[in-house]
Amino acid sequence: MSASNTMSVSNTLRSVLVAAALGAAAAVMLAAVVLPGWAQNADPASGTADAVSIDNFTFGPQNLTVKAGTKVTWTNKDDIPHGIASANNAFTKSRALDTDDSYSFTFTAPGTYQYFCYLHPHMTGTIVVQPNNG
Amino acid sequence: MSSSDRDDGVNRRKVLECMTWVGTGVLWTVSGGVPHSLGLMGEAQAQEARGLTFLQISDSHVGFDKPANPNALGTLEEGIAKVIALPKKPSFMIHTGDISHLSLESQFDDADRIIGQSRLDVHYVPGEHDFLDPEQKFYRDRYGRGTKGAGWYSFDANGVHFIGLVNVLNLKAGGLGFLGDDQLAWLEDDLKARSASTPIVVFAHIPLWTIYPEWGWGTDDSAQALSYLKRFGSVTVLNGHIHQVMQKVEGNVTFHTARSTAFPQPAPGSAPSPGPMKVPDDQLRKMLGIADVTFKQNEQRLAIIDTPLQA
Repeated sequence: MSASNTMSVSNTLRSVLVAAALGAAAAVMLAAVVLPGWAQNADPASGTADAVSIDNFTFGPQNLTVKAGTKVTWTNKDDIPHGIASANNAFTKSRALDTDDSYSFTFTAPGTYQYFCYLHPHMTGTIVVQPNNG
Repeated sequence: MSSSDRDDGVNRRKVLECMTWVGTGVLWTVSGGVPHSLGLMGEAQAQEARGLTFLQISDSHVGFDKPANPNALGTLEEGIAKVIALPKKPSFMIHTGDISHLSLESQFDDADRIIGQSRLDVHYVPGEHDFLDPEQKFYRDRYGRGTKGAGWYSFDANGVHFIGLVNVLNLKAGGLGFLGDDQLAWLEDDLKARSASTPIVVFAHIPLWTIYPEWGWGTDDSAQALSYLKRFGSVTVLNGHIHQVMQKVEGNVTFHTARSTAFPQPAPGSAPSPGPMKVPDDQLRKMLGIADVTFKQNEQRLAIIDTPLQA
């Protein structure tokens, strides 16, 4: 599932880029709009994309599985700031994310990363990083 | 409330229920060792000349500009205007945190400028929104002088012992508000020398009683703190954070939360999340407010009156 999702995103990216190469600057902007939409198209409960949306004080998907080397991006869609922190300091915490702000971290080492919102610690989530072979 | 209300807690409780939907702030009066809250407006404030009266404001969120209230600084100023208009000047004010929305210096500047118009001493405790600068130093530099640890402290006024606590730092994944061992040890020590007849007022941002853990409305280690307060005859716990008035009386302890001056939040479990609640424009000022607290002699409970920006 992870592979096919990644594939469709890259296919989309490729066709958009082709359009852009044909000279339409607007298409580049389209790519910027389209890609996040695709990225969030994963199963909301346990996703395989590389984006986590913060909505209604909830991380979605709450459990995200990625390959090592993936850059995971959290985006705050709430009207209140949130902050991303590892439960055991396993990765760098974000600054406070106001509405529509994003934070990205690239997970290189396989493992299970528990995290929470450091303003609202009842909000928790997990990133599972799988080895990058196969 | 009249001067005859000292004979029971029932009338006062009824008054408090009526006031639940009324307030911008809480004016607290303390006479003879027990705090009571008074309305910012109406008859209540006129009669309390003898006691200690102080004011609580909370959750000003200066810098918040989302649809639930595009002008949080403006509504803070409306709240402070109510304070200035009080016929009897309160002894001081407490602010139970979330002064700023994002801990920007400009937001603290604006808050100080508006709150300063009250010309009252203000005793602050921080909310989680006040520690968002990278070094977590703006709050402490401004409001933390003479405090211990992350900003906890105590002081005395009119025979009442006031304790400001910090429960918004070092929060744990999956947890609630957090006081921590250092602060608890300090609290136990701070209370040791006080006689059980000393009225105690504890104030902190996140509620020190469990209101709704699903939304984080409680403090993980508050039971330990409350155990140190058990032997005292009059304990009043004042909090903010949930942007609505709630009260509970348990033995000698009265718990009370104040309204925000910035935006309302939904009642526990009544919405998908505790996020800012958008209400019709003509309703907003009925859900923001301040609180008066009056402490009267020979009464166990402080009288708390929550007053909305608009009745």
